[in-house]
Amino acid sequence: MAVKAAPRRGGASGLRRGEAAAGWLFTAPVIAILGVFLLIPVLMALWVSVSDWAGRGSPLSGSVSFVGADNFAAVLGDGGLATKDFGTALRNNTWYVLLVVPLQTALALFLAVLVNRAMLRGRGFFRTAYYFPSVTSTVAITVLWTFLFTASGAVNDVLSWFGINGPNWFNDPRGILHLALGTIGVDTGPASLTEGGALGVSWWEWLAGPSVAMSAYILMAVFTTSGTFMLIFLAGLQNLGADVDEAAMMDGANGWQRFWRITLPQLRPTLFTVLTLGLIGCWQVFDQIYTGTRGAPSKTTLTPAYLSYQTAFQNQEWGQGAAIAFILFVIIVVFTLLQRWVLRDRPVSKRRIRAYESPSKGASS
Amino acid sequence: MRRLSAKQLTWQIVLYALLIVLAVIYIYPFLIQVATSFKTDEDAATSGITLIPEVWTFAAYERLFRNSDFPSWFVNSAIVTIFVTLGRVFFNSLAGYALARLRFRGRGVVFAALIAVMSVPTVVLLIPKFLVINQLGIFNSYAGMILPLLVDAAGVFIMKNFFESIPESVEEQARIDGAGTFRIFWSVVLPMATPALVTIIILSFQGSWNELSHFIVSTNDPALTTLTKGVASLASGQLSQGTQYPLKLAAALIMTIPVAVMFFVFQRRIMNSTEGAVKE
Repeated sequence: MAVKAAPRRGGASGLRRGEAAAGWLFTAPVIAILGVFLLIPVLMALWVSVSDWAGRGSPLSGSVSFVGADNFAAVLGDGGLATKDFGTALRNNTWYVLLVVPLQTALALFLAVLVNRAMLRGRGFFRTAYYFPSVTSTVAITVLWTFLFTASGAVNDVLSWFGINGPNWFNDPRGILHLALGTIGVDTGPASLTEGGALGVSWWEWLAGPSVAMSAYILMAVFTTSGTFMLIFLAGLQNLGADVDEAAMMDGANGWQRFWRITLPQLRPTLFTVLTLGLIGCWQVFDQIYTGTRGAPSKTTLTPAYLSYQTAFQNQEWGQGAAIAFILFVIIVVFTLLQRWVLRDRPVSKRRIRAYESPSKGASS
Repeated sequence: MRRLSAKQLTWQIVLYALLIVLAVIYIYPFLIQVATSFKTDEDAATSGITLIPEVWTFAAYERLFRNSDFPSWFVNSAIVTIFVTLGRVFFNSLAGYALARLRFRGRGVVFAALIAVMSVPTVVLLIPKFLVINQLGIFNSYAGMILPLLVDAAGVFIMKNFFESIPESVEEQARIDGAGTFRIFWSVVLPMATPALVTIIILSFQGSWNELSHFIVSTNDPALTTLTKGVASLASGQLSQGTQYPLKLAAALIMTIPVAVMFFVFQRRIMNSTEGAVKE
């Protein structure tokens, strides 16, 4: 329901006297807490990101001085260790996003379509089974995952049934694209890729793909989030009217065609929600890294979120840590806007409209 | 029963086989977790996938409860979760009601600010939150652990949407009878909002029980360690020698039980009310 546009204001009517005061009183706790623990912190961190505060005393004290964009420059520009670490973290997380978002979305949609069938026995059981991993905490799942993916763990046991000698997952820093190239004999990149680079990381390293260790995290993310997104897709599917689908069935469209041409286009808003939530979540990888590998092996599971924490809390480089956090914030906002733009509602093109009109009409015109 | 053609029958078999294989993939890891927590360290290291321990042992649980800080972690998590859940139920519904029903100057601004707040990613706030908690002198205290989590913008949003969906006539009647605004909210409107309140309870319980990063930046006192933080430190091997997987998995398992119970109690609601739980 939209906000009422009634002209009555608090105090104007006898019955509604004191409503304005009550309104502010009722919202006061929320405003106060979000203000103190969200708005003020962001402002303070903005200050820290342009200061030389080293973690001692208050960042607002007189001994802390303004250093301009130095912290941002150290992270983004000067090619030192801070830049290289940030570049590595960005590389790791980019691959994570590129793989997790499509995989979890596709799997969630697939599961939703499977369990949405009306004539399915054990529907409740299957839904519960697929959703359950989403309930558990990241910490608990990470503990389980590190056990399943040890060198002699359950996953490698299963792989050995198929004659595959599984890797030592969480200790293996090799990039999977480099591994794939290695199988066809390419072990070193061409000079054009190894010489140039960005953020202190060579192009060849950017293209390494996620490390084997990071791949285990990628599988974990798909495992734990597909259930949540399955529920969102289910809700979306259940809101669709059956009439369009039935009409298409009458016209002789098979199940495959109906899914791609009828169901999926109608699910666009749900798809948008899932992609946005997925994208935002995937740039915030922290809990699993903190619980599991802490960036190891060879920094291939370092993420910007964890790097920001490590830089500030462990290395006491608070300005740089805050700078990384703000850069991450910008990345998330840009990606969300970009995606909103890609998935925007486009006006239907003339060609499309013609295709929808009956063929006889189309031929005569 | 309807007769199926051979082709349809094949499809049915393929479909169910697929569903069952997927269900095994989703559930089996948890079975491994339960089984391993009753194994010895050596047994766990060599037979990762088998569900029956060679020797049943409760050693992991005994160590957790007798010779570690695990019980205190559990108590800390419980304290935080209870306060955060109660706080969110009360403050979110109060603010949600005001934004849905009460007319006051600035309501639009408050609402817009809430939407803006919802879009700030939490990991970006790690350092900022520490700065303010430290500045306020509530680092290493329950206040610092609980207060910042006490309200959430998404919860206010859910409550606001719900209050807008119930008819206003009931309140009008109470108002004519002379009830004050808080009284109307407390005794007339809130009892009608049970479904939305349950959603808030589920989300806050899960959210605060599973919260890790906030406790990392608001405490470093071992006496205030929560389950998430404690189990994470177990996992990265700071407190233990060797792999000790049965111990770690037992800790992670106990940590999962409360949210699992919550899930099974409210299963129906969770599986059917996702539109309420996740808003665009």
